[in-house]
Amino acid sequence: MTVLPLRRHRPSTPARLLGGDRLVTAALAVLAVPAVAAVCAPLIAPYAPDAVDLSATLSGAGAEHLLGADQSGRDVLSRLIHGARTGLLGPLLVVVVSTVAGTLLGVAAAWLGGAFDALLSRAMDLVFSFPALLLAILLVAVSGPGLTAPVLAMSVAYAPYVGRLARSAALQEKTRPYIQAYRVQGWSGWAICLWHLVPNIAPLVLAQSVTNFGYALMDLAALSFLGFGVQPPTADWGAMVNEGAAALLQGAMLPALAPGAAIVITVVAFGIVGEALADRVARRER
Amino acid sequence: MTEHVLQVEGLRKAFGGHVAVDDVSFSLRPGGSLAIVGESGSGKTTTARMLAGLERPDAGRIRVAGRDRSDAARGRAGRLARAREIQMVFQDPYLSLDPRVTVARCVEEPLRLHLGAGAREGRARRDELLARVGLGEREAAALPRQLSGGQRQRVALARALATAPKVLVLDEATTALDVSVQAQILELLAEIRRDTGVGYLFVTHDLALVRHVADDVLVLYEGRVVESGPTVEVLSAPRHPYTRLLLHSVPRRGWDPARIAADRRALATALREGPASSGAPHPNTNPPTRSVSP
Repeated sequence: MTVLPLRRHRPSTPARLLGGDRLVTAALAVLAVPAVAAVCAPLIAPYAPDAVDLSATLSGAGAEHLLGADQSGRDVLSRLIHGARTGLLGPLLVVVVSTVAGTLLGVAAAWLGGAFDALLSRAMDLVFSFPALLLAILLVAVSGPGLTAPVLAMSVAYAPYVGRLARSAALQEKTRPYIQAYRVQGWSGWAICLWHLVPNIAPLVLAQSVTNFGYALMDLAALSFLGFGVQPPTADWGAMVNEGAAALLQGAMLPALAPGAAIVITVVAFGIVGEALADRVARRER
Repeated sequence: MTEHVLQVEGLRKAFGGHVAVDDVSFSLRPGGSLAIVGESGSGKTTTARMLAGLERPDAGRIRVAGRDRSDAARGRAGRLARAREIQMVFQDPYLSLDPRVTVARCVEEPLRLHLGAGAREGRARRDELLARVGLGEREAAALPRQLSGGQRQRVALARALATAPKVLVLDEATTALDVSVQAQILELLAEIRRDTGVGYLFVTHDLALVRHVADDVLVLYEGRVVESGPTVEVLSAPRHPYTRLLLHSVPRRGWDPARIAADRRALATALREGPASSGAPHPNTNPPTRSVSP
């Protein structure tokens, strides 16, 4: 009998899992800020998001209001912290729904092949050719503004990105001998896909979904900015940029700039983490 | 004819316009060992895949233990019954194991599916199988990437034996291993055949291997059986020019690649013109009766 030393796993932190890159660690730390803000908003926000202090209207940064107050005299920092809730919850729902639906459709197309694959692939192309924002605006026009319609529309729009990736990964995985060994063992297609194929392509799909998170956040913020998403007075980054736009002319930068910066920084951080994940998956494939 | 555990008649498979396997017939007795030999593209792997149910034959019949298995298995019962008759070991041990599944679970999975065995009974049977192929507790807890090629192929073998199949198809199962490991695996295979009475179907291009492991041999060339019979006879006195070419292609002292290339061209021309001018159909071949075609 041959005995080989077995490699032991080192305990893995999220940062090491992502390759131990300093940039990635920084991006993860940056993402922790809005995540914590969203979870404990009422605890850390200095004021309630709707509390009005008319004496501070359009005041710049100061000791009382760290990021100043907007045109209605509401504390910008508090609204920013509370805005992280809708800002992250929306994209989270989009990513979860589009990942599940996209994986399901992509793997089904790859596994069943033939006419089913052709039909699903063309359907995905059809959704691709339709601008996501237009789809969302149409849906909002039908069902009224709020978080539901934009999230639903974005889920539909993002599912083909995941679906196309899952399909190509599943097609490649399907021809691997280990999947065929399961078939020879007599497992049903369902069992093979669910317990073996999907878990093996999951890292690749998740990397894509993390990147999608950033894009979905940006799209949803754009919708709120346009007035189709979360409605005032609810604190939301996109809506805040919209409300603060008028104040820019009066020389008050922070009410529009702070939520804008929050959106950009979060989207970039998600992009960095998503890319690091994808790199890591690609390295492991080789 | 039920004395044969595996009987194949007139098997044919075409991919698009290319006929990969054409009118292949053979049979395997219980506990026997048959080698299908040919170069890349001779249709030997397609034949193996059809036997394992991974590919559907266009024509011909596959009978295992007297039951017709030519069509795709229908339903759970059909799939399981087929899996208990034929199992397969794949060429590349680096790709044929699920990278996320430990060795122990890899062997337990088919046991769970086929025996519906309880946890304790399943574990006992699993340990028995792993011990059978020479793997211990240490390897059982490992993931495939932590194992060597030889160890992985042992795992694949234990997994294939879990359903106690009557026929084991070994598709170039030792090709990816280095020579000393290959010898160990072959030794193990011989031992298992003696103990369990499983029949082997080796699919290989390696004539040295055939000499050691196979009772009978079937030579495939461009999807057709060109020669078949007992291994000793075929290898010591090959009748078909392609078999001779295969034998001469094995590198050894005084070996001349240029000469073999020339032989190959001559063979291709002869075979292309041969059947067309004579117009005679290929006679059916059935080992162990010695026959040559065309």
